[in-house]
Order: sequence, then C-alpha cells, then structure tokens
Amino acid sequence: MKLFEQPAHVLHDMLVNKEITSLELTQAVLARIDEVEGDVQAYLTITREEALAQAKAVDEKIAKGEEIAFLEGIPGAIKDNICTKGIKTTCASKILQKFVPPYDATVMQKLEAQNPVVLGKTNLDEFAMGGSTENSAYHPTCNPWNTDCVPGGSSGGSAAAVAAGTAVWALGSDTGGSIRQPASFCGVVGMKPTYGRVSRYGLVAYASSLDQIGPITKDVTDCAHILNIIAGRDEMDSTSLDVQVPDFTKALVQDVKGLKIGLPKEYFVKGMDPEVEAAVKNGVKELEKLGAEVVEISLPNTDYAISTYYLIAPAEAATNLARYDGVSYGERAEDAADLVEMMTKTRTQYLGEEVKRRIMIGNYALSAGYYDAYYLKALKVRRLVKEDYDKAFKDVDVIICPAAPSVAYKIGEKIANPLEMYLQDACTVPLNLAGLPGISVPCGYNKDKMPIGMQIIGKALDEETILRVAYTYEQSQSYHEDRAQLGGK
Amino acid sequence: MKVTKKDMENVAVLSRLSIPADKEELYTQQLSDVLEYVDNLSAVPTDDIQPMAHVLPVSNVFREDVVKESLSRELALSNAPLKDDGYFRVPKVLED
Amino acid sequence: MSYEAVIGLEIHSELKTKTKIFCGCATSFGAEHNTHVCPVCLGLPGVLPVLNKRVLEFAIKAGLALNCKINNFSKFDRKNYYYPDLPKNWQTSQYDLPICEHGYVDIETSKGKKRIRITRIHMEEDAGKLVHSGNTIKDSETSNVDYNRTGVPLIEIVSEPDMSTPEEARLYMEKVKSILQYIDVSNCKMEEGNLRADLNVSLRPKGSDVLGTRTEMKNINSFKAVEEALEYEIERQEEVLEDGGHIIQETRTWDPDRGVTLSMRSKENAHDYRYMPEPDLVPIITSDEEIEKFRESLPELPDARQARLESEYGLSSYDAGIITSSRQMAEYFDAVVAAGADAKLAANWIMGDLSKNLNAEGIGIEESPVEAQRLGEMIGLISKGTISSKIAKKVFEEMWKCPDSPEKIVKDKGLVQITDTKAIEAIVDKVIADNPKAVEEYKGGKKKAIGSLVGQVMKQSKGKANPQMVNQLLAQKLD
Repeated sequence: MKLFEQPAHVLHDMLVNKEITSLELTQAVLARIDEVEGDVQAYLTITREEALAQAKAVDEKIAKGEEIAFLEGIPGAIKDNICTKGIKTTCASKILQKFVPPYDATVMQKLEAQNPVVLGKTNLDEFAMGGSTENSAYHPTCNPWNTDCVPGGSSGGSAAAVAAGTAVWALGSDTGGSIRQPASFCGVVGMKPTYGRVSRYGLVAYASSLDQIGPITKDVTDCAHILNIIAGRDEMDSTSLDVQVPDFTKALVQDVKGLKIGLPKEYFVKGMDPEVEAAVKNGVKELEKLGAEVVEISLPNTDYAISTYYLIAPAEAATNLARYDGVSYGERAEDAADLVEMMTKTRTQYLGEEVKRRIMIGNYALSAGYYDAYYLKALKVRRLVKEDYDKAFKDVDVIICPAAPSVAYKIGEKIANPLEMYLQDACTVPLNLAGLPGISVPCGYNKDKMPIGMQIIGKALDEETILRVAYTYEQSQSYHEDRAQLGGK
Repeated sequence: MKVTKKDMENVAVLSRLSIPADKEELYTQQLSDVLEYVDNLSAVPTDDIQPMAHVLPVSNVFREDVVKESLSRELALSNAPLKDDGYFRVPKVLED
Repeated sequence: MSYEAVIGLEIHSELKTKTKIFCGCATSFGAEHNTHVCPVCLGLPGVLPVLNKRVLEFAIKAGLALNCKINNFSKFDRKNYYYPDLPKNWQTSQYDLPICEHGYVDIETSKGKKRIRITRIHMEEDAGKLVHSGNTIKDSETSNVDYNRTGVPLIEIVSEPDMSTPEEARLYMEKVKSILQYIDVSNCKMEEGNLRADLNVSLRPKGSDVLGTRTEMKNINSFKAVEEALEYEIERQEEVLEDGGHIIQETRTWDPDRGVTLSMRSKENAHDYRYMPEPDLVPIITSDEEIEKFRESLPELPDARQARLESEYGLSSYDAGIITSSRQMAEYFDAVVAAGADAKLAANWIMGDLSKNLNAEGIGIEESPVEAQRLGEMIGLISKGTISSKIAKKVFEEMWKCPDSPEKIVKDKGLVQITDTKAIEAIVDKVIADNPKAVEEYKGGKKKAIGSLVGQVMKQSKGKANPQMVNQLLAQKLD
C-alpha cells in the first residue's frame, strides 16, 4: 500500500518506529491531493503551509524522544461546518464565504491536544442540507470510485477525501445520515455516535436535536481511536451527556457469538436496489457464520420517519439559520433602503435553493395555525419512532440494515426533484430521530464496482457493541483493504 | 396540502426571503409536494402521546456564575460587514 | 357613558448576576461597547447556551417573594423574530412552562389596600442596544449595535389586568421594585435600564366585565412616566370612544417631552413568534424540598417588616411604609434602634435630615457617611437631654463631614446643652433687662413678642440653652 492509502493506526506505528516522518507522510498526502483533487474536489480550503508546519513540529517532538499520541502528525480533514479558529469556515455557503471563526469548536480543541496535521476543510451540502454534496454553493464533489457519481452527503467531501487518499481520517457531521450514507457510497467507515456523546459546540447548527459530529475513516480501528478523542461531556454544550467515555478501542475484538441481530422488515421492502439488499444480507449471513443470531423485527413507524424528520429538521433549521442576515457577520447585500430589505436581499442572494426551501418548509410548519398539525405532530411521532427501537432492543443487541437504498448515483440525476432526494434518507433518519448510534462499514460492491455499506445500529451509548460487530465483520472480509482506483472520466 | 399564494407570501416574510416571480410556481409546487407527503403523519394516532423535543432524559444542566474572559472587541467585530468605531453598523431600521 | 380603565403591566427586571444568562460574559454596567461579548452572546455560527444557575435561583426567589407557585417542571422556548439587537434572531424565553405562576402583591392605595395578581414570571435573555444616528429611530439613516447587553438575564413579571388607575400601576411597580431589591436579585436602577415596564390599557363601560381593545406602551423606565403615559392614554381612548370611534390594537410610544402617546408605524403582520421548545437547553426540574430551602433563605419582606415596625415600635403606617420601602433603609433603621435609639426619633431623623442630605448628594443610604451606629448614639444623646434637637442638627452636619463620634463632637465643640436652671436664669434676667420694649409688648398682650426674647437668650447662650426651659423661665418671670 502507498503511504497515503494506509490507515492511521498503521501510520502511527510507523511514526513511532521512525520508519517515516510526519513531514514525509504529510508531503505524500499533499502530493496525492495535487494528483487527484482536481478530479475529486473534496476540499474547499487546503491549509498547506500550516499542515507542513504542524508536521515539522511533531517530527521535532519525535526526534527529542517524546511520546506521541495516536493521531499526532497524521493528516486529516475537517468538514467545513465545524468552526476552526482562524481558518475560513463556509458551510459550503456563499453567505459565509469570508467567515473566519474567532473560536474553535470543542472537537477541534480535543483534537489539538493530539497535534494532528489538519490539511483543510472539506466540501458538504450547503449547511449540511442534502444527501449528495451537490447542494454545495461552490462545486460538487466526485466519488473516487467513479467521478461521474456523487460521493453522498452531506459529508461528501470528508468521505471522498478518505476514500481518495487525500486525507487519512476526517470528521463529518450527521443529522439525517450525513456521515453514514457518504461513507457507504465511498466505501469507507463512518459513524454517528449517540446524540450527546460528542459535543456540538462549534458545529454550525442545522437541526439542533439531531446533529452529531462523527469520524470518517479507512477502517473500524481508526474510527474507535478517533471516537476516543472527540467524545466526552462538554461544559459548553448543555445537550452533551455526562457519562463515562469508555476506551472504545477495547471493543475491537472479533466476537459475535450469541449476538442477536435484528433485521427490520420495513427496511428491506421499499423499492430498494436488489444488489444493495443482497450485499447487506450477505454481510449478515457472514455474521451468522461467526456465531450471531438473526431475528426479524418490526419498526412499524418507519414509514413515518421521513415525514417526521422533514418537519423537525427544517423547523429547527429555519430558526438556526435566521441569524444569517448580514448584520454582524457574513455577506451583506448592497443597496438596500432599510434593514428589512437588507436582510431579505442578503438571504435571498446568498443562501442556496435547497437551504431556502428547507427554511420555508420549517417556518411553514412552525407558523401560527400550522404548528399543531405539523411541528407538534412530528414531535409526537418522533416519540413513537424511538419507542419502536426501545421495544426492538429488548430482544436484540444490534439492528442491521443498509446505509442507503442504492449505490452512488450520477451527479445531476436526482437533484431536480427534492422529494425524491428526501426519500433516499429512509434508512438513516430514524436513527437521528431516536438519538441512537450507527456505523456504516463497507460490505461489497454492485456490478459496477460501486461500494455498498452495511449499517449497524446500537442502543443508546452502546457504541462499543456496534464497533465490535463492525470490527468482527470487517476483519472477516477484506473490503477495508480495497482502495478506489480513480477513474470514470 | 396545497400551499396557497398567500401561504407562500407569509412564509417568505417569516423567512426574510423574496421569491422571484418566475420561480413562484416552482417553489409553490415543490413546497406543496413535500407538505403533501408529510401529511401522511395525520394517519398516526397520537392523542395520548407526549411530544418529544429532547431525545435525552437529561435535565438541570447549569454553569456557575463566574466571569469568563470575553472576546476582544477586535475579534468580535472581525467578521462584521460594516463597522463604526467599535459598533456594528446597520441600515435604517423602520420598525420596532 | 362612564368608562373604567383596565391596566396590566409586564415588568422586565435585569437580574444582578455577575455573568449573563447563557455565557460567562460580565454583566456590569457602563463598559465600553462590544467588550462584554463572546461567540455565544454574539450568536456566532455553532454556539450553544448553558444556563447560569444563579439566574434560576434568583427567578425562584423572586417568585416566592411575589407569592407565586414555583413550577417543578419548567423549560425554555425560542421566540422567533428578526431584529439587529437580537443576534440569533430569536430570544430564548419561556412560553408554556414558565418557572413561576399565580402570585400576587398587595398595594396601599389612596382608597385602601388592593391585591394585584401576578399571572406568571419567566426567565429570558435581554437584547442588545441600538444607537441611532439621528434623534429618533425614524430619522436615522443608520444605527449602531452594541451587544454588551445581549444575554443579560431578565425576569418578566406579568400581572393580571387588575389595576384600574395610573396610581395603582405606579404603586404596583414600586412595590415589585422594592421586593426585588429586598431579596437582592436586582439592582432595579431604572436609570441604568435594570427595570422597565410594558403597559397595557383598555377601557370598558363602568360595571361591564367585557374587556375592551387594548393598546400597549413598551419600555417605560420611570415611575413618573408610568403614571403620565397611562393618564394620557386613558384620556385619549376615552375621547376616541366618546366620538364613536374604535380603539386600534397597537403598540404606541410615549413621548415624555410632548406628553403624548404616538402610534408606531403599524405592521402588516402582527408578530408570529413561532414559539418552539428550545432544543439546545434541557428542562429544569426543581423539587419541593429545594423550593422550601429557597423560601427559608428569603429575608424579611417589606409587608412583614412594615407590620413589625408598626406593632413593635408603634410607628405610624405611613412612617413604617417609608422606612421599609427599601431594604437598605429598613436595615439601617433596625441598626439605629439597635444602637439604643428611640424608634420614633430614629424614623424622624432617617426620613428627615438623613434623607435630605442623601438626596442632595444623590447617594443611597448604604453610602451614607453617617453610619447607623453614630446616628443611634446621637439620638441617644437627645433622649438623655445632653443636646437639644436643634443642637443635634449641628452635630449631624458635623458627623456628615467627619467620622468622629457624636460624643466627641459635642465635647469638642462645647455643644452640651445648658440645663442648669441658675445659668439660664442669669441669661434670662439679663435679656429681660436689656429688652424693655419687647417685655412691654408681651405684657401688653402681644404674646408673640416672647419669641424675640427667646431668640435673644438662645443667641446669648450660643444656642445651647435648653429651649423648653428658656420658654418656661421667661414665661414665669414675665407673667
């Protein structure tokens, strides 16, 4: 394997054993960026000079004989909706095209304690609204397995970078599947932790009760390590849980004997791509061979999860994005006669179509006369969706289903029809509504060699079990050693 | 649920957005499609169900009343579109 | 047609916590603009609120002191509207589950005692300040925004529409202010904007129980303005109704210079606040035990104090009312009495000379250069007869300027009252001898003439003669 293809845990050992320097490693990844970034376009901002300086600093530490932490000196990327002090953070929107946060997100502070090399900020659907990264106001990102295809979204840039070798690891965010689905489309590992497991302070809010930051990595081992670094109670986030953070790497054992896997019948019926269904079911068979037990379960309110999500998320988004008004930061429209005109012109001019659409849906759902029938109703059905899972988890330890109903589709194919796009989220949004953790691991390809991901869902705060199942499955296959051969054009 | 023209106007004002005339029909259709779809929730019986605004059973998260360092004024204004002597400047405000 | 007014008040009080409600920025008044700000109160992308514990404590204490029920389960909501002083374009407030409900306050009006009910009290964050380039918002091309005040904690106290006169409204607000100061949750410095009121007033035919259309006047920040604005608005509404017109439900501004309320540019849409539960803050659960602990921690409140002063010291209801109108004055009074002074004299001195001097220098009683201890001692000297009340005034002025004890001042300045009958008699005799004309006038029936003789004796004795004795002796000798 080439250097830029290796996972972080291998690179860490190589650094410790002085087989490579961080500078060599960083230069190798930067060279890879020079080679393929033109085709992939995973990044919005590349901080080349800072990255090299960070790498040199780590090498000095190693030269002095000092111990280094897991991620020290290893280049990674940050989704551009996570605030990085002094580095432009645009959320892939024109309205924040020049915005430089004067503060770091809590996850950045936690990462910084590890001295990683931060290569830059990755592309996303504008304000994390979308499932293909086509909603970025700057440019789409291309899937490294086939650059005619989308990488998924909204963390498409992060997933594509890890898959293309232009980042060893990355952080993404997941509100309705935005880590798990792109991980599945790009053949990498992506995890959404339990809601409240990782601090949201500094994550530009899309839907406050659904958003979570999570790792996107080349394998499950790296995922566990990064979760160790970013998890934990944060005094700046009232919704971050005051619970012990276990050592998630201790979950990296191959053992699923006696494990009960639930297969929700509702997730395998609705117009699913048969190849996706087959790959996921094969994955489950593998786990059965290794000692797991499969139980058919029912999550009866699955049909309503999309509606619930597409009322709650836009409603929260409508208020969360009200602050983008040209007053104290961000772009401001010129030639406005008064304040209201200035705000309206600014938002109309600088916010993208999908964002505007969701804001309007949200305000509609919250407006006088419609609140009870829409927003309030959605909050009630949300409870039912969660209760479905609670009931199911009495009988099973994990739930498995696809991370997406299809493989990556062609760029431009679905973007014209918003509703069709929303229906793609069927496999992922229920988890966000219930606040449960979920991980996507590669489990095969379709006939066009496009990756398929298997989603493993756990009980609240049970990332350890889903990591164990994911690791066991991964080690029984070799998908984590496959790398995208950039092609398609 | 068909969205009316009046609804669109109202929602546009609430969102501080203006809808160009040539996009009016498209936006109205798209919004109507989504709202029609989410109307399937009305089939779910929820009379005795409590709304769930928080997915966590967490309460009483506080901080102590201790002063922390503020941002420097320079940093606070660093992204301001228009500044004036340490203030954020905005155009004519018509209503309260 | 005879109309009666129906008035309700929404009082906003800034809480005197050290830091803002959701972030650690300082709340102190008078800082340079935009220096008490941070990413959270600026509403930057990605920030989150965390509730200041003391805000909750103060809100609960306020609720208890205002006789409210404290809700065991309470939560925050987003109140959505756009305005440049509101960085997130929503105000974090409480909608359907406020921290306190169903309280009351008793006021003493010119027509007797009246109970004003309180509907609810909730916590919310204050907004920033707009500085307009012109004189008013209407003739300003631009405005400047200062976010120092954004996020300062407020409680909003909403009354039932129980008040019927501007006087009652003012008394209600004064009472609420004094209670909030008593329990030390707010400075209530109206000139610093700590305490503001929104006034709601409507008229209805006398005896009717149907509410009329109301108008609202916002951000009134002086007691005088509360009364004047209501007086004007009631008159204005009456005129409209008498003319057969209708009252428009609207917000009006009070122009204190012209003494009128003015219609604000009416909005096409009334605000649709789209209240929704605040997802970034978790609910607040307060147990009955905790509520009791807060109740026990409250100091003696104004009404109870006033009753005690009336029954224990026999003070008049009026005097007791003034003394207990502020906690500082009430505590000062208690300290003066504890220093050995007679309660009634203490009350007089505090309401009289002390208040006069404090007002002249624009300082509060807690900054009085004359401490309660020294005033108490001085009053003791009057009671003992060491000095007369008149001399005491001189002693008081001295104490105001220097930290010496009253005994020392009296000794140093030789102000001990002359009570020795023989000594006074000597002076009296001399004055009688020196002023035959006045003596004649007095003997001739002009009793007032004794005044000038008393004056002479006092002058001769350098003010130290006991005035009562002087009068007695003169009268004795002349009659």
